[in-house]
Amino acid sequence: MPVTQQGESKLWQRRDRKQQLLIWATQFLGVAIFVYCWQKVSENTVWMFVNDAPRQAADMAQRMLPPKWSYMEQLWQPVWDTLNIATLGTLIAIVMAFPIAFLAARNTTPSKVFARPVALFIIVSSRSINSLLWALMLVTIIGPGVFAGIIAIGLRSIGFCAKLLYEAIEEINETQVEAIRATGASGLQILTYGIVPQILPAFAGISVFRWDINIRESTVLGLVGAGGIGIQLNASINTVTWTQVTVILIVILATVVISEWVSAKVRHAII
Amino acid sequence: MASRTLTSRRWRRPPFISNAYLRWGLLAAAILYLALAYATTEVNWSRVADGLPRAKRFLLSFFPPDFTSRSEDILEGILESLWMTVVSTVIGILISIPIGLGAARNLAPTPIYLLCRGIVAVSRTFPEIIVALFAVKLFGFGAFAGIIALSIGTIGFYGKLLAEDIEDMDPVQAEAVKATGSSWFQWLNYAVQPQVIPRMVGLGMYRFDINFRESAVLGIVGAGGIGATLLTSFDRYEFDSAAAILLIIIAIVMAVEYSSGYIRKWVQ
Repeated sequence: MPVTQQGESKLWQRRDRKQQLLIWATQFLGVAIFVYCWQKVSENTVWMFVNDAPRQAADMAQRMLPPKWSYMEQLWQPVWDTLNIATLGTLIAIVMAFPIAFLAARNTTPSKVFARPVALFIIVSSRSINSLLWALMLVTIIGPGVFAGIIAIGLRSIGFCAKLLYEAIEEINETQVEAIRATGASGLQILTYGIVPQILPAFAGISVFRWDINIRESTVLGLVGAGGIGIQLNASINTVTWTQVTVILIVILATVVISEWVSAKVRHAII
Repeated sequence: MASRTLTSRRWRRPPFISNAYLRWGLLAAAILYLALAYATTEVNWSRVADGLPRAKRFLLSFFPPDFTSRSEDILEGILESLWMTVVSTVIGILISIPIGLGAARNLAPTPIYLLCRGIVAVSRTFPEIIVALFAVKLFGFGAFAGIIALSIGTIGFYGKLLAEDIEDMDPVQAEAVKATGSSWFQWLNYAVQPQVIPRMVGLGMYRFDINFRESAVLGIVGAGGIGATLLTSFDRYEFDSAAAILLIIIAIVMAVEYSSGYIRKWVQ
C-alpha cells in the first residue's frame, strides 16, 4: 500500500506513482484516439441534416401513426418465413458444428497439427462475418429468397455453436471417458457413451440460445433480399408507407420477445 | 440336471428427456414442423443450380484476392468503419455507465431502477441495422447515422451487463467502505468500481469487437463504413475485391479478439 509521510500525518493513496502515471498515460491515449476519430467522422457529416433531426423525427412519428392494422394479413407468410429461416438455419448449423467442434477440441481432435487449425479457421471466419454479409454473398450467388437466408443463418451460426461446443468438450470429466475406455470400447463407442452424454445439455442449451439470436437476425435478412419480414420492411420504407412500417416493427418486436421467452424457458428446463 | 436359461438383462442408455410422452411428443412435433416448413418454403432450385458456377468463381477469387484495384475505396471504408467503432463504443459506454448504475437493484431507488431498466430494454429490442435504417432517414447518409445506431446497441448491451455485475458484487466490501463514513461517490469509487472494472474492461473490448463487425454491415443501409464498398463490389460481381474486403474484416476481428485477451489478462 502506498502510504506517504506528510509531516505528522500519513496519507494513504490507492496507487503508487508509477501505476498512477501509467493509468493517466493510458487515459490520455484513449482520449486522444477518441478525439481523432470523432474529428474524422465530423468532417464527413453534414451537420445541417443532424440539426434538422428532431423536426424530422417528430414528422416521422406523426406519419407512422396510427398503425395500419389491416396490413397484418399480408404479414403472416413473412413471419412464418422468418421463423423457418431461423429454425432451419440453426438446424443446419448444429449439424455442421457438431463434427467441427470435435475436431477443434484439444482432447478429441484427431490431429493437433492439421485438423485443429482448419477447424479453428472455419470457426473464426464463420463468426467474423455478419449474417447479413453472408446473406449478401448468397443472394448474389444463388439468388434472392428464403433459401439464401437459411444458408446464411446456417453459415453464420456454425462458428458460434462450434466454439461454445468445443469449449464444453474441453471441460468434460475425463474419468468417465477413461472408465468407458477401460471396458474396451472403440473410439466411436467412447464418443457416444463417454463424451456425448456429458455435453448433451450444453449442446441443447447452445442450440436454443443460437435459435433465439437467429430469430433476431433473420428479421433483417430481407434488407438484402434473403427472405423474411425484412423484405416487407424494406419495401414499406422505400414506398414511404410509414403506417405499415409501424405494424412491421411491432410484429418484429413481438417475435423477438416471444422467442426470447421461449428460449429462456427451455434453457431453464434443461439446466 | 435341468438346464435353465438365464434371462438376460440388457443395459440401455438413459434417454436425454426422461418423460416418454414429452420425448415422443417433441419428436412428432419436430417432424410435423419440418414437413410443414419444407412444404411452404419456396426454393427455386434451378436458380440455385445456376448459381453454382458463380459460387465456384467466388471461391476461386479468394486465390488470390484483389487488394490493389480498389485499394483506395477499401482503405477509406475500413478506416471509416474503425472510426465509427471507436466513437460509438466510447459514447455508448459513457452513456451506459449512469444507466447501468441506475439499473442495478442494490444501488438505485425503485423509480430510477425501473426507468433505467426500461431504457436498457428499449435499446436492446431492435437489431442495429433497423436502428441504422431509421438513423439514416433522420440524420442523413454517412457515418454519423451508423454511430447513433451502434451507440444505442452498446447502451443496451453494456448497461445490462454492468447492472448485472453490480448486482452480483460482494456486499461485504461495499459495507466496509460505507462504514468508514465515505460519501456516495467515494463509496462508488472505492467499493463498487474496483469490483466490477476487470470484467467491464473485458466486456468493453468484446463490445468493440461486436461494433466493428456490425459497422461492416451498416453500409448496406447507407450508414457508413466498409459495408457500402462491399455491397458495390458484390453488385458489380467484382468477387476478387469482395474477397479482399472479407479477408481484411476477418483479420481485424481476429486481431481485436487476440489483443482483447491480452488486455483482459493485464487488467486482472
